[in-house]
Amino acid sequence: MDTPVLKKKLGLKERYAAMTRGLGWDTTYQPMEKVFPYDRYEGIKIHDWDQWVDPFRLTMDAYWKYQGEKEKKLYAVIDAFTQNNAFLGVTDARYVNVLKLFIQGVTPLEYYAHRGFAHVGRHFTGEGARVACQMQSIDELRHYQTETHAISTYNKFFNGMHHTNHWFDRVWYLSVPKSFFEDASTAGPFEFLTAVSFSFEYVLTNLLFVPFMSGAAYNGDMSTVTFGFSAQSDESRHMTLGIECIKFMLEQDPGNVPIVQKWIDKWFWRGYRLLTLVAMMMDYMQPKRVMSWKQAWEMYAEQNGGALFKDLARYGIREPKGWKDACEGKDHISHQAWATFYGFGAAAPFHTWIPREDEMTWLAAHYPDTFDRCYRPRLEYWREQADAGNRFYIKTLPMLCQTCQIPMLFTEPGDATKICARESDYLGNKFHFCSDHCKEIFDDEPQKYVQAWLPVHQIYQGNCFKPGVDPSSEGFDPLAAVLDYYEVSHGRDNLDFEGSEDQRHFAEWRGETSGN
Amino acid sequence: MTVIALKPYEFPLKDAVEKFPAPLVYVGWEDHLMFPAPFCLPLPPDMPFGALAAQVLPGIYGYHPDFAKIDWSHVQWFKSGKPWTPDPSRSLAENGIGHKDLIRFRTPGLEGIAGSCS
Repeated sequence: MDTPVLKKKLGLKERYAAMTRGLGWDTTYQPMEKVFPYDRYEGIKIHDWDQWVDPFRLTMDAYWKYQGEKEKKLYAVIDAFTQNNAFLGVTDARYVNVLKLFIQGVTPLEYYAHRGFAHVGRHFTGEGARVACQMQSIDELRHYQTETHAISTYNKFFNGMHHTNHWFDRVWYLSVPKSFFEDASTAGPFEFLTAVSFSFEYVLTNLLFVPFMSGAAYNGDMSTVTFGFSAQSDESRHMTLGIECIKFMLEQDPGNVPIVQKWIDKWFWRGYRLLTLVAMMMDYMQPKRVMSWKQAWEMYAEQNGGALFKDLARYGIREPKGWKDACEGKDHISHQAWATFYGFGAAAPFHTWIPREDEMTWLAAHYPDTFDRCYRPRLEYWREQADAGNRFYIKTLPMLCQTCQIPMLFTEPGDATKICARESDYLGNKFHFCSDHCKEIFDDEPQKYVQAWLPVHQIYQGNCFKPGVDPSSEGFDPLAAVLDYYEVSHGRDNLDFEGSEDQRHFAEWRGETSGN
Repeated sequence: MTVIALKPYEFPLKDAVEKFPAPLVYVGWEDHLMFPAPFCLPLPPDMPFGALAAQVLPGIYGYHPDFAKIDWSHVQWFKSGKPWTPDPSRSLAENGIGHKDLIRFRTPGLEGIAGSCS
C-alpha cells in the first residue's frame, strides 16, 4: 500500500476559500453589529454571505503578482514615450484637451473610488465581498497613479493640466463628477456598490473608458492607450463585481428587489448625466473620431444594456426609469454640452473651438435629424463673429440643476427648442432640476441634496474668492477673482484654441521635427 | 421620503436666502439657445421689474442679433413655466418674485439664428 502523499499546494478552490472565507472571524468582546454598523441599515437583507462567489477566484497573493507584471510593461512604454517626445505624434494639439478633461474630471474619480471601496470593504461582513472590494480599492489607487504618470508628459508641454487636484474641488463643471462620487460615497455600502460597481462600471463603463482609450489610439497617443490596456483586466474584474453584487442582493431576499430597483433608477440617471462630458468629447474634441456618441450609445447602451435588463427581468428588475429619455438624448447632448463650454470658455481650464467645415459635415452625417436643424446655425454664427473679432464669451453665471449640478442646458424630451426645467418646494425653498429624473432623486432624499455645493451659488455667496478679496470694491471683476481662486491662468489655460499657446507651441515643435 | 441613516440626519440648507447679498433670480430667454441655460442673478427685491429688461438683460443677452429687435410691450412672461403678467413699475418682490424663482420670457416673432431657436 502506498503511503499517502501530503499535498503541498492548495488547489485553486481551496486556496480561494482559505484566502477569503478563511480570513474572516466573528467578534467576541464587542457585538458584531457594533463593529459592522453599516451593512444592515439600508434595508438590504443578506441571509447567507457564503453564496457570494467571485468568479475570478482571485486572491491577494496572485493579485500582487499580476499587477506587478502589468506595471513593468506600462512603465516601459511610458518611459519610451516620454524620452522620444512622442506627444508630437498626436493628430493635432486640440486632442490634448481630451486629456485635460480626463485628468481633471476622471482621474480624481479613481481616487474617490479607491477610498469608497476601502470603506465598503471594511464594512461588509461577507469575506468574499470584502476581499473583492479591497482589491478594487487598490486597483483604483493604481489607476489614479498610472493615469497621472501616463499624462504627466503632456503636462510638461501643455497648459490646463498643472493643478488638477486643486481644480477638482473648486472649478464649476468638475463639481459634476465630484458630487456624483460624493453622493455615492455618503450612501450605505450596498448603494455604493450599486452606484459605482453596477451602474457605472457594469452598465456605463464602455461609454466612459472605451471612448477615451480608443480615442487615444485613433489620435496617436500611445501613452494613454497603454494605460488603457494595463487597466483593462482590472476593469473586467470590476464589472464582474458589479453584476455579482446585484445578483447576490436580488437572490438573497425578495424584499431587496424594490430597494435595488430604486438605486438602479437613480444611479443609471446620475451616471448618464455625468457621461454628457464624454459625449461632447467624442463628437467635438477628438480630431480623429472613433465613432459618434449616438453610435456608441446605440451599441453599448441600447444593445448591450437592453440585453442586460432583459436578463435581470427574471428577478423582477425592469430597465431604469430614465432609459427612454436617455435614448432620446443621444441626438442632442453632445451638441448642447459643447455649445455650453464654448460659451463659458473663459471660465474653464481647457480650450474650446468651432469645428472645422469638414468636421461639421461629419457631424451632419452622424446626426442627420438634428445637427443642421438645431446646432449648426449657432456654430456658424459664432464662427462669423469670431472671425470678426467678436468671439462669444458668456460672462454671467448659469442656473444649475440641484442634483446633477450641470447647467440647465438639456431640452425637453421631444422638443429640442425648449429648456427642460422642473422644480420642487422643500422647507419653503425652491429647488430646480434639469429633468424629471433629477427631480425624483431629490424628492426621494431632499435632506441630502439641499446640502449640495453648487459652484454658482458658492460664487455668489462670496466663497470662491481668495482671502482678502473685497467683492464690493470699485471695478471688482468677479470672473478674474474666481479664476484667481481656481488658480487658472487667464489667457493660457482657458479661452479659444485658436490663438492659444498650446496651438502655437505645437506648431513650432512639429516644425522643428521636419526642418530648421 | 427621508434619508435612511444610523443617526438623526439634519443639516442646514446650503443656499438659504440670507447667505446671499440679494435673493437669486433665474432668467431664461425662450427660443434662444445660444445662451445654453437660464442665468442666475442676485437681484435686490426692491428693484423695479422694468429695470430687469432695461438695465440687466442687455448686458447678458445683448450679443444676440435678436435682442435689439425685441418689442418689450409684446413679450410674454412665464413664472415656473406658467404664463404670468408682471407689472414693470412695481418691484420684484411686489411682483411676487422670491428667492430662486425661475422666470422666462418669450419674444414672439424672434426665433433665433436662422429660425433655429439658437
